[in-house]
Amino acid sequence: MSAQKPDYMRELLVDSGGGALIALLMGVMMLGMQVDVTSGLGAELILRFRWDYLAYAVGAVFFGRLAMNLLVWRKLKVLDGVSLPKPKVKGEALERNLKPVFLVVAVLLPFALMFWLGARGSRQYIDLAILVTTYVMLGWGLNIVVGLAGLLDLGYVAFYAVGAYSYALLAHYFGFSFWICLPLAGILAAFWGIILGFPVLRLRGDYLAIVTLAFGEIIRVVLLNWYEFTGGPDGISGIPRPSFFGLEFTRGEDGFAAFFGLDYSSIHRIIFLYYLILILALTTNFVTMRLRRLPIGRAWEALREDEIACRSLGINTTNTKLTAFALGAMFGGFAGSFFATRQGFISPESFTFMESAVILAIVVLGGLGSQIGVVIAAVVMIGGFELFRELEEYRMLVFGLLMVVIMVWKPRGLISSRAPSIALSGRAQGISADMVQEGHG
Amino acid sequence: MSTEQPLLRVRDLETYYGKIQALHGVNMDVYAGEIVTLIGANGAGKSTLMMSICGSPQAQAGTIHYEGADITRAQTYQTMRSGIAQSPEGRRIFPRMSVLENLLMGAMVSKPEYLDEDLAKVFALFPRLKERQHQRGGTLSGGEQQMLAIARALMSRPKLLLLDEPSLGLAPIIVKQIFEAIGELNKREGLTVFLVEQNAYHALKLAHRGYVMVNGVVTMSGTGKELLSREEVKAAYLEGGRH
Repeated sequence: MSAQKPDYMRELLVDSGGGALIALLMGVMMLGMQVDVTSGLGAELILRFRWDYLAYAVGAVFFGRLAMNLLVWRKLKVLDGVSLPKPKVKGEALERNLKPVFLVVAVLLPFALMFWLGARGSRQYIDLAILVTTYVMLGWGLNIVVGLAGLLDLGYVAFYAVGAYSYALLAHYFGFSFWICLPLAGILAAFWGIILGFPVLRLRGDYLAIVTLAFGEIIRVVLLNWYEFTGGPDGISGIPRPSFFGLEFTRGEDGFAAFFGLDYSSIHRIIFLYYLILILALTTNFVTMRLRRLPIGRAWEALREDEIACRSLGINTTNTKLTAFALGAMFGGFAGSFFATRQGFISPESFTFMESAVILAIVVLGGLGSQIGVVIAAVVMIGGFELFRELEEYRMLVFGLLMVVIMVWKPRGLISSRAPSIALSGRAQGISADMVQEGHG
Repeated sequence: MSTEQPLLRVRDLETYYGKIQALHGVNMDVYAGEIVTLIGANGAGKSTLMMSICGSPQAQAGTIHYEGADITRAQTYQTMRSGIAQSPEGRRIFPRMSVLENLLMGAMVSKPEYLDEDLAKVFALFPRLKERQHQRGGTLSGGEQQMLAIARALMSRPKLLLLDEPSLGLAPIIVKQIFEAIGELNKREGLTVFLVEQNAYHALKLAHRGYVMVNGVVTMSGTGKELLSREEVKAAYLEGGRH
């Protein structure tokens, strides 16, 4: 490998130099010279030279191309000569190292923000973090259905809505608390997942997508029109806030702040909500990761790969799909009831197709089946989307552009490597080159 | 042999794809411990017969009995849990899953305590798979994929192994290796094999008995040697088929 290094560097320089040369040739006329009109009476055309502009452009192309070669296109170059396993191992190591980093950042985030920005300044950022984490959880939930089981679900928001309305209505009519409603909302959403699953499981690919899309819309339209029960477009307001082991986040004597001897601040509840969704999301992740190692998880992945082969191996594909649907829906339901309790107000407007599309985009852009990819995609998409709120109409443009760029650059999503869920002895190795190149027949 | 009950008995089987009839009353028996092959040209209905045994598509008329029980209308996954395993046409391994994971998928219907023993068994049969257990299925060569498909089917501890065109698209030397492995399984473990093949020469040489199918009907049957020596079989299926 070391013998090939100088070659590699030379190749890099030649490549970057070539790009710079093209930029130079194109730029001589376009950038280097400018036709202008002299001011004054006898106006005539003169030629101005702007060699400094040209130099900037050529420099930018040279160094830009060098940087792209070194950082982004590196895998392609490495594949040519050096060794095969490198990119894959790099991807896996990246994923392995990212996880603890993300976890630590996520856990410490509110305190870091409080420290730097104080209670007032950090509020909007913690709110944003809650939003992002909600989408991470939804992405992880949908990842079970789309990423692992390979069932394209365009109506995932329906389960989010079922969860939200379950909590809101149970609290509204029966006065149930959040902690009782949370599991109920999950169960109800899973139940609806099975109801949807039964009729559509014969369908595949595009057809399944269309039917799930319709299902999502039906749920929303029912919520909109069943005025007596759901309040229709008026929504449901005054949804109770969650308590911390029975302690309300209020100013009074028996509130959270008084109990712990803190000064009352509304930020306490925000931070509590953040940790609540973080725990819910991590639970989703934990359950998914565990299931992936169990037969049912492997059956989901096998189902995504080849349904006919699954059946020929004695796997009941109907039940396997239903469990994926039900579990995905259940986590959607949990996220939904969290959404309801966080907002305090819900209406069918929060559960449009756009939501399904965004969640699906997070899963697809993150890399189907990759848990960490979902996190990155959610942070970039939701976080970026909210941070650039001032840019108004341009952010939609950037959003679209970003999606196109990711799909061109990484067609299988940001994290596309898949680690085997089992190995007999020690850790599973990446595919080593000598094994790939051999082999005949 | 004819006095004992066959392991698999097919009687007057008729299968349709929509309105098109693919099987016109097929009769066939497979006895325990045998290798039986079904040969025939493209579109003769060989794979249809195999798929009908598996229940997808289900036969419209006639019966399929396995160990005396009627499985004509059984769901595919039920049939595959009753001691029948299939290595489907075109191999159909799981390309993004590792070799080991593929094998574990095959073991879904058998008891977990057999897992280590069965893995050791298939790795002994196909040592190549052991070397590559952590590789993705899709990165294997065609021959290795076929080995994996057979090994995966064996992981469910079947009594009857259905093989659909294991020689498809493989180099002659690999075909030979795979057929040798099948023969060895049959001899050593007494595994019953039903083999659907276009590669008539190798299949008939390996099999105890054979059936010839033409346009959805069985036209000839006999021992492998018998069929190999028949003029009409030679003319129709063996010209150029010998490697």
